[in-house]
Amino acid sequence: MSTGTNPGNVRRGSALALFTATVRREFLLSFRRKSDLANPLIFFVMVATLFPLGVSPEPDFLAQLAPGVIWVAALLATLLSMDALFRSDYEDGSLEQLLLSPQPLFVLVLAKVAAHWCMTGLALTLMAPLLALMLFLPADGMAGLLLSLLLGTPTLSLVGAIGAALTVGLKKGGVLISLLVLPLYIPVLIFGTGAVQAAVTGLPLAGYLALLGALLALALVLAPVAIAAALRISISS
Amino acid sequence: MSKPLLEVNRLYCERDDRVLFSELEFQLSAGEIMQIEGQNGSGKTTLLRILSGLSLDHEGEIRWRGEPVAAVRERFCAEMLYLGHQAGVKAALTPAENLRWYAALQPACASADIPLALERVGLRGYEDVPCHALSAGQTRRVSLARLYLSRAPLWILDEPFTAIDKQGVAAKEKLLREHARRGGSVILTTHHELAIDGPVRTINLDQRAGTSA
Repeated sequence: MSTGTNPGNVRRGSALALFTATVRREFLLSFRRKSDLANPLIFFVMVATLFPLGVSPEPDFLAQLAPGVIWVAALLATLLSMDALFRSDYEDGSLEQLLLSPQPLFVLVLAKVAAHWCMTGLALTLMAPLLALMLFLPADGMAGLLLSLLLGTPTLSLVGAIGAALTVGLKKGGVLISLLVLPLYIPVLIFGTGAVQAAVTGLPLAGYLALLGALLALALVLAPVAIAAALRISISS
Repeated sequence: MSKPLLEVNRLYCERDDRVLFSELEFQLSAGEIMQIEGQNGSGKTTLLRILSGLSLDHEGEIRWRGEPVAAVRERFCAEMLYLGHQAGVKAALTPAENLRWYAALQPACASADIPLALERVGLRGYEDVPCHALSAGQTRRVSLARLYLSRAPLWILDEPFTAIDKQGVAAKEKLLREHARRGGSVILTTHHELAIDGPVRTINLDQRAGTSA
């Protein structure tokens, strides 16, 4: 039955190669357009810097607000960066080629989201201790902050990518993404700040982290399928 | 007589309450070149997008090697090369980087052939220049270099000669002829007069419009 090329044989070994090739391409693209790379980070720092000026520089007061401020700033910074995830690929036609690949789309979108997370979520997590110091977060809370961001931001990227995939065909998708995705971000925010507050007050963290981990596992399994389906719909119209 | 590669049965498509084509039927066998003709807005690009499987907004049946395309999607994608209106070339990447990613997407392409493919489209010496520094025609050539990489039997080309100079067009026409001689098939749209010696079938979409009952 099979004539010509036999993709089945070629494919099996190459899913990992495809993943690394796509991640490498995304990294290259980001480092050639450094403004895109810096934007969410600058936003993150600005919110945390302006907050004490706007409310009160009182250390006790700021220490109470710190978990929420850092988490909200990280969430909004991620949300702002989401729109660009598929936009440029859509505009220059790369997205069509991506969808016409015989390779599993699951792997491709997962690679794109993973690269995106390294550039936003992971970078935000690494910057968070600095902001936590600025906002007088007690040293006990630092581990909780880092762990909760490390578990929470990948979920934000995965869920945000569904919104980005659904709105990529629209001229002004930016606002719509926020409306679609924000409700789904709320559980992550609640458990994330909860974890930090628990760490500050010396309560056990495990429960919050387990819930964040469960959300991440769920997103990791379901989101790539949803992203792939959403991209097919967006490109089909 | 071998089985047709691509078989289209009773294809119907409308956009914004306007029938672009209906009862469209044709078969494409190995070694055939088919040109889709029609005025601007007659649905050439839409037809190519439907055939490639990008657009699902249509009625009718498309078969690949005798089986419905939806059922053998993976194999169809591996055996088809689609070159769309947009070049699919990232401006921030160099030609070689662009093609390397494409080769990762399409397992039938060998990334070892990339330098040769770039040389054949006349981009030798531009391997490490970011594509935003290239001219429109050169960017298009980066995209066309995929034709030299690919071993897919079916090529679907949407206006492949846009922004390409005369020598370039002649070279691509020669390539299409060679591809057909090797047993490959081509479906293309172009406003350019094709100078391919050998049979070129044409389908005119202007005559199809509004033929529905």
